[in-house]
Amino acid sequence: MATAVETLRDTPFAIGGRTFHSRLLVGTGKYSDNETMVRAIEASGAEIVTVAVRRVDLDRTKQAGVLYHLDPKRYFLLANTAGCATAEDAVRYARLAREAGFNEFIKLEVIGDQETLLPDVQGLLEAAQLLVRDGFKVLAYTNEDLVTALRLEDAGCAAVMPLASPIGSGLGLLNPYSVRIIKRRLKVPVVVDAGVGTASDACITMEQGVDGILMNTALAAAQDPVAMAHAMHLAVEAGRTAYLAGRMPRREVAVPSSPLEGMLD
Amino acid sequence: MNDTIDITLNGERRAVARGATLLELLAALDLDPRAVVVEHNRAIVRRLALGDVRVAPGDAVELVHFVGGG
Repeated sequence: MATAVETLRDTPFAIGGRTFHSRLLVGTGKYSDNETMVRAIEASGAEIVTVAVRRVDLDRTKQAGVLYHLDPKRYFLLANTAGCATAEDAVRYARLAREAGFNEFIKLEVIGDQETLLPDVQGLLEAAQLLVRDGFKVLAYTNEDLVTALRLEDAGCAAVMPLASPIGSGLGLLNPYSVRIIKRRLKVPVVVDAGVGTASDACITMEQGVDGILMNTALAAAQDPVAMAHAMHLAVEAGRTAYLAGRMPRREVAVPSSPLEGMLD
Repeated sequence: MNDTIDITLNGERRAVARGATLLELLAALDLDPRAVVVEHNRAIVRRLALGDVRVAPGDAVELVHFVGGG
């Protein structure tokens, strides 16, 4: 994309050897209806779209599948292991997802606590190691803990995805310092996943220098998901561009913008 | 002789045709084999092999697909 300022040309957003044009990744869950979901995803400009693996409902077949509504040729499908509480389950879901035949990428979630949906770090690392060994490109959903992020990178994850705040909470970026330090220390892409509530949250998150954001509920639960998707698209670009532009230093005193000279007596 | 057998399909007991292949099972359920992934007794069965695997009484079959998720 040609930006207003040529010197701000961005580096490509690449994960696991593939380059993507949008730094905004979106989920497909919890929309009131499929038409709204499709229009919101279009408005978001996202290319990577997450999906979950679940049993086919044998009583209401066909239209229940998300791919009935979403063109898998147009979007890069990122299957998740949402709902899995053990490494074994996550590996099982990941293998089923891969068998669908789209790609070898998996958004790995191993949930350790049902109230907060925070990750089980031990299970996450175990699953990441198994899946990397099995040829997967693993994008690991994790908390904003640097050491876990480093271990996930060591395990061979293609990207590490610290949360902004708990899944579906909309609380925004609670710990910018930790996310910044994770980004600074890791070589693999850092994509913030979960917790963003509105456009300013997305902008502030991108201003930390992370490579991208994955969100679902912020769009699906907005009063107008399509408009919010458009706002998120702008916010992610604004935050990224502001990060590249480099913000002014914070000062605790005022510095006048107008000259002090030439004032009238 | 009874022409159906009981298997566990997506967690529920279900009577299916005796000697049916997984491909025939999908057809009987009006499911497109390209739209589902099949797990038979905890092992994934590749799409091209669905016609080669027959279900036996007590087998566990899981049929999964992609749904909306974050």
